[in-house]
Amino acid sequence: MTRARYLGWLVMATVTLALVCGVAVTIGPAAVSLAQVAGSIGGHLGIPTDAPVSLLVDSIVWQLRLPRVLTAALVGAGLALSGAVMQSVTRNPLADPYLLGLSSGASVGAVCVVILGIGFALPVAAFLGALLALVATLSIARVGGTITPVRAVLAGLAIAQLAGALTSFIIFWAAKGDSYREILNWLLGSVAGATWQSVAIAASGVAVVGTGILLSATRLDAFAFGDTSAASLGINVNRTRWALLGAVALLTGAMVAVSGSIGFVGLILPHLVRGISGPGHRRLLPLVSVCGALFLVIADTLARTVFDPRELPVGIITAFIGVPVFILLIKRKKSHLWA
Amino acid sequence: MGVDLDGLSFAIDGTLIVRDFSASLPTGSVTGLLGPNGAGKSTLLRLVAGIDRADAGTVTLDGVSIGSLTRQEAARRIALLEQNAAPSVELTVLDVVLLGRIPHRTRLMGSFGGDDDRVVAIDALQAVGAAELADRCWQTLSGGQQQRVQIARAMAQQPKLLLLDEPTNHLDVSAQLALLGQVRALGVTAIMALHDLNLAAAYCDQILLLDGGRLVAAGTPDEVLTPEIIGAVYGVDCFILQHPRGGHPVIVYSSATSKGAS
Repeated sequence: MTRARYLGWLVMATVTLALVCGVAVTIGPAAVSLAQVAGSIGGHLGIPTDAPVSLLVDSIVWQLRLPRVLTAALVGAGLALSGAVMQSVTRNPLADPYLLGLSSGASVGAVCVVILGIGFALPVAAFLGALLALVATLSIARVGGTITPVRAVLAGLAIAQLAGALTSFIIFWAAKGDSYREILNWLLGSVAGATWQSVAIAASGVAVVGTGILLSATRLDAFAFGDTSAASLGINVNRTRWALLGAVALLTGAMVAVSGSIGFVGLILPHLVRGISGPGHRRLLPLVSVCGALFLVIADTLARTVFDPRELPVGIITAFIGVPVFILLIKRKKSHLWA
Repeated sequence: MGVDLDGLSFAIDGTLIVRDFSASLPTGSVTGLLGPNGAGKSTLLRLVAGIDRADAGTVTLDGVSIGSLTRQEAARRIALLEQNAAPSVELTVLDVVLLGRIPHRTRLMGSFGGDDDRVVAIDALQAVGAAELADRCWQTLSGGQQQRVQIARAMAQQPKLLLLDEPTNHLDVSAQLALLGQVRALGVTAIMALHDLNLAAAYCDQILLLDGGRLVAAGTPDEVLTPEIIGAVYGVDCFILQHPRGGHPVIVYSSATSKGAS
């Protein structure tokens, strides 16, 4: 694809994302128009608008829906980026923060802070949980110096189960009030409780780590033919791999801290977007973040409207969409990847 | 100048894989690295490429010690073709060749720009006669085409030294001859690990014969490929003929049964 066509895709996806975010804010129990959304946002940013917005509408838009939609967008972008990086540096088409247990590990860290009140900053605790889970998964999967995709997924499954049990255990143990809902929100992932603080955490994660990852696009390309080939292309393989996996743990930690462990975004988005952008990371990474954001905003809007007035954790929607794609990947990929 | 290997030794878990290996390769020469399975050919290539650091000894390329270079600086000088490499994602041929440009990009902002890279990559594909494959998906190529594209990738790296690990593996006869002819035509200093002694005799200026990590013979194909040396290293009987056209040695093996019959 030519550069112009790629940029066309990127611009189109970004404009669509902005529109979908705007529309998503209008959707909900109380009817809000796009003009009111614009008026409320304009008012808070100090941009004068001709349509004054009532206090009630303003608080629905600015306090409830906008933080939630923005958090969903940022988490979607972060998870999709994480998946793309993990698939490259582990050469595993099934790698994703959810399947390899990072998200569940991060949940344990986050729950420790939120429920037990252990004195860590929430994203730091989630990062440590994700890092620990990552190291555990890769050490279990490593046999004779190599990690096959299937072993990595199996090890990730074990770690995710353990971390999920730990999360549930901690919430039950500290039980007060509605612990079942709380457990489901962490295990399945939800942005229902998003605040401007969530937006800030997710945005700094995506901005800081995302920039670092974007600047590493060339190095991610170099892993296409494996470690020896990457080394012969001038990459410091071990240092690069661990730096990038550490960055993914940090990003996943920030995402999970605000939304619990949402599955399948990191797995399926890179595969879908590669079909448009090609495998080169310079093109894949920007487009996959925008598409990940778009995907999760739509999924979360479905999660809170389809069974209105009941609300689903968004992770249920991403699983309904993600699992069929996961099955297609299992069926499609060439046998040498599964050895 | 060329390449100088001086006293290279390398051990894995206390086992010496390469022992006190020294050799000198003139600029532009094609060197065949021969030896039985497990002789240390692949390891030696990794040492020369600077991917593994030798426990002792130095590799010098045009007077510069590889050990003193960063990985990226080494990659701008030396390209390595691995055995049986396969990508984990679907790549087009041009994507594969463009990988060769990675060492030439700057560290921080190297992820952007790169119009020259395309020109160099397409030139490299043309040089190996594979320009028409540029948009094909790598996975759909034949083994011979894949190896040709890998050579184009290595050439896009613009190396001073080209290392090839069993480049003719799994190729049919015509693809083998075409590939080695291509390597010669590039005019780059090259070292290739080979199993086929006859291919080495036909396409290499000099032969380095390894056994158990040690250099047991070095010289022109005529000097190294003798019944005595081949018998001692590979444990087989053979005759040496002269190629009717090239004049280089042709090795004809006699199997255990035919030996008994003669």
